[in-house]
Amino acid sequence: MPSIVKPSVTHPAAAQNSRGLTQRDYEGAMSTLCAGCGHDSITAALVHALWELAIPPHMIAKLSGIGCSGKTTAYFARGAHGFNSAHGRMPPIATGASAANRDLTVIGISGDGDSLSIGLGHLGHLMRRNLRMLYVLENNGVYGLTKGQFSASADVGSTAKGGASNRLAPIDAMLLGLSAGATFLARSFSGDKEQLVPILKSALAHRGLAVVDVISPCVTFNDHEGSTKSYLFTRQHEVRVTETDFVPPEPAIEATIPENGAAWVVMHDGATVRFRSVPAGYDPTDRAAVTAYLQEALARGEVLTGLLYVDEAPPDLHETANSSREPLVSIPYERLCPGAAELSRVGAR
Amino acid sequence: MAVTLPGTEAGGAADGVAPRVNDFAVKLANVNGTGSSSANNLLMRAMFRMGVPVSGKNLFPSNIQGLPTWYEIRVNKTGFVARAREYDVMVAMNAQTYAADIREVRSGGFLLYDSSWPLDQLLVRNDVTYLGVPLARMVNEAFRGARERILMKNIAYAGALVAVLGIDMEIISDLLTERFAGKEKLRESNQRALRLGYDYALEHFECPIDCHVERMEKYDDLMLIDGNTAAALGCVYAGATVAAWYPITPSTSLMDAFTRFCERYRRDPETGRNDYLVVQAEDELASIGIVLGASWAGARAFTSTSGPGISLMNELLGMGYYAEIPAVIVDVQRVGPSTGMPTRTQQGDILACAYASHGDTKHILLFPCNPTECFELAVKAFDLAERFQTPVIMLSDLDIGMNDWVTPTLTWDDSYRPDRGRVLGADELEDISVFHRYDNEDADFVTPRTLPGVSEKGAYFTRGSGHTREGAYTETPDEYQAVVDRLAHKHRSAARAMPEPAIELREGARAGVVTVGGCDLAVREALQILEQRGIALDFLRVRGFPFGPAVEDFLDKHDLLFVVEQNRDAQLRSLLVLETPVPKDRLRSVLVYGGYPLSAADVVDSITAQLGA
Ligand SMILES: Cc1ncc(C[n+]2csc(CCOP(=O)(O)OP(=O)(O)O)c2C)c(N)n1
Ligand code: SF4
Ligand SMILES: [Mg+2]
Repeated sequence: MPSIVKPSVTHPAAAQNSRGLTQRDYEGAMSTLCAGCGHDSITAALVHALWELAIPPHMIAKLSGIGCSGKTTAYFARGAHGFNSAHGRMPPIATGASAANRDLTVIGISGDGDSLSIGLGHLGHLMRRNLRMLYVLENNGVYGLTKGQFSASADVGSTAKGGASNRLAPIDAMLLGLSAGATFLARSFSGDKEQLVPILKSALAHRGLAVVDVISPCVTFNDHEGSTKSYLFTRQHEVRVTETDFVPPEPAIEATIPENGAAWVVMHDGATVRFRSVPAGYDPTDRAAVTAYLQEALARGEVLTGLLYVDEAPPDLHETANSSREPLVSIPYERLCPGAAELSRVGAR
Repeated sequence: MAVTLPGTEAGGAADGVAPRVNDFAVKLANVNGTGSSSANNLLMRAMFRMGVPVSGKNLFPSNIQGLPTWYEIRVNKTGFVARAREYDVMVAMNAQTYAADIREVRSGGFLLYDSSWPLDQLLVRNDVTYLGVPLARMVNEAFRGARERILMKNIAYAGALVAVLGIDMEIISDLLTERFAGKEKLRESNQRALRLGYDYALEHFECPIDCHVERMEKYDDLMLIDGNTAAALGCVYAGATVAAWYPITPSTSLMDAFTRFCERYRRDPETGRNDYLVVQAEDELASIGIVLGASWAGARAFTSTSGPGISLMNELLGMGYYAEIPAVIVDVQRVGPSTGMPTRTQQGDILACAYASHGDTKHILLFPCNPTECFELAVKAFDLAERFQTPVIMLSDLDIGMNDWVTPTLTWDDSYRPDRGRVLGADELEDISVFHRYDNEDADFVTPRTLPGVSEKGAYFTRGSGHTREGAYTETPDEYQAVVDRLAHKHRSAARAMPEPAIELREGARAGVVTVGGCDLAVREALQILEQRGIALDFLRVRGFPFGPAVEDFLDKHDLLFVVEQNRDAQLRSLLVLETPVPKDRLRSVLVYGGYPLSAADVVDSITAQLGA
């Protein structure tokens, strides 16, 4: 199947960001996913977020594993290097890319099979490493690309298209993150761009790993009655715990932050994430309280969305490793090689 | 207390074997975890300082404490220090293995044992000279703590051996001083223990015995180093900045050494920041993923592992091959299959590495034979990986990697600059109208790549799925084949860039011997022994895969070839049959794969038998 190239006609009226780029400049190839697939809406939200943040496209490294979700890295940021790698293996590859060049804006796109089955170990350890990247988990409760088997995020009792009911306990990426030391955890819904865009922007400003679990219905295999990952079910059971607003690091705007009922977190680059807790007293910086709240909500059958947990304090991989501020790829060879004289000092003689 | 045994006082060979000056083998039988290896290593280092070619091989168990462990020292003035199969001196310090150890001493040899307790008369051989030293008794009198007594007993037998083997006491003292620099108390107690054994031996035996060392002209061009340390240095000198690994014997010490050298050489004195990043990954799938990600982004990156890790890396090695991403993997081979024997050596990963991954996949392999080559070929691995944009696997083994070798001194040419291969920078991208990742190949079938973070014009989409020359997704036969056919040409083309094989020709040679890696010394020694017996054989050691013209030429010129390797299934032989035009029936095998390093006797016996000589 040949790939489809979108005609790139620039709309003169299209709004420009601070780099003079339009949203079109952050788009990619034409999607080959099913019409109505949640993944495409997430791509659109990402395009919007990247455009608003005016991230230079060539500084983006976008990586994915395998799945319908994995294909979407081709559908945004055509000016960025992309890497559609192997099933479940995106986290280590992203780790390597970021290790080599810490100036890259690393974006990983994964699916629930990719992240919670074959790649579960990698995701857990990525959380521990606190690699600075945006990790989008396009969560549809099934393996889309292999035609609809239950994934590890399927809820107990959720039914497959053919009627079979899932009996295995789901793995919740947010609860996993809370126990594995993740520092930014958010959940959203592909059908809610208004909520998703500021969350993605906040995630991109985060100091370490930002995991955004997005319920992303699979219209072909998991959007029927009886599924707990359908558009209808998600709309009916979604409970927003926080409303998030992203404020870029500009002094003029900072003045407007204090607002009734709002709290905020200052990101490491000076941007501010302002959020309002919908249930009174929900504090997204209190790991133990958030864990308890998520578990209770799960028991109630609620799909909690919003910025669920954030901690800007822990160091990211490079800070922990105390690596040079300059990307390792930019260090000249002369600085890396100890030279002949030093070699004569090693080993026993 | 000690049983009086024949020859104890005399210290001479019981059956009048000619004195073996600078030509003998010692085996030390110990209990794992008692600190014996540092005493054994001390003896070996001292002999090396006396200018005598020597090797020390640790035959250790996969265990932390309690199981039997052996250390073998081979001294050979001509430099043939591969493992000996016959021992002139046995140091029997492990009651569990006593009976077996005594059987292994050659007739006319010596056995040093702890005479604090009486020796079982059933274990006495008349053709062996027994050297009883009351080690436990002496050490218990001189030292207090239980742990100290155990440790000092080792140093005490080392002291006895210093006297018995004629090792220079001054050199040993210097080594102790160096080892315990700044730890005066430790140095003093070690020195005291050493003297206990030494004085006792001098007093009770005629020292030295006929198997002993004498100073030789010091070789300035030799050094003592293990292969893992040398390989780690190669990675440092090659300019590797990202490393990822998962602990596994026998490769762990490689990454430990890399980290140590980086702490020394790669820390900015002003900022205190590191010009390297080592990630201890969650598994080997992650290690290779990190390496590929880092290389994709433009760093020189590597991982070190052993067979089980290679098995796990297979999927991504294929992705690296197909998506054309450099990567350096050091496989320090151990005995397989499965967990196998983790602390024993083998060359069992040759085929698994050559074709690692599903589909039509072929890799570039490098085969070092000693620590010096570990260093040199590690550097070469990075150049080849980036030149040919593909994973390169260097196959070392436990014997090379973990044992200290007397090896040609590592040297460095300061004019070396890495071969980064075809990478287009921002300026070069400006000059072209459009960039396609898998188009525009050079004479080696290599196409230019670009790095993220440089220019939007160089942006492309890397995928392990079917792709066209332009890098776009495809399921069209012609488009798919155009790329994989070029990859086959590229691999063939790399043959010209491989290190040349090592070749030794002999006049009137009747046949050839082909070998690989750590078999080198034993095979060359065997060929000399065979020559003395009237069997002249030519020698070739492959150093890389794909095989170059020199290998094909050698195979072509010999009607009969023995392929010597350390695995059951004749993997090198299979690779030669698959990848060169050599007719299969010309190749015979010499296979030694029980887990101990190869010795010349293994090769001599097999070839002699096969030739019916
Ligand atoms: C090693 C390996 N095993 C199996 C597959 C087959 N496979 C491709 S995609 C996929 C599941 C994808 O599910 P998910 O990650 O949820 O992505 P979605 O398609 O639902 O977006 C599987 C099992 C593969 N590509 N690689
Ligand atoms: S199968 Fe499902 S997940 Fe895949 S593209 Fe279609 S709707 Fe999306
Ligand atoms: Mg899925």
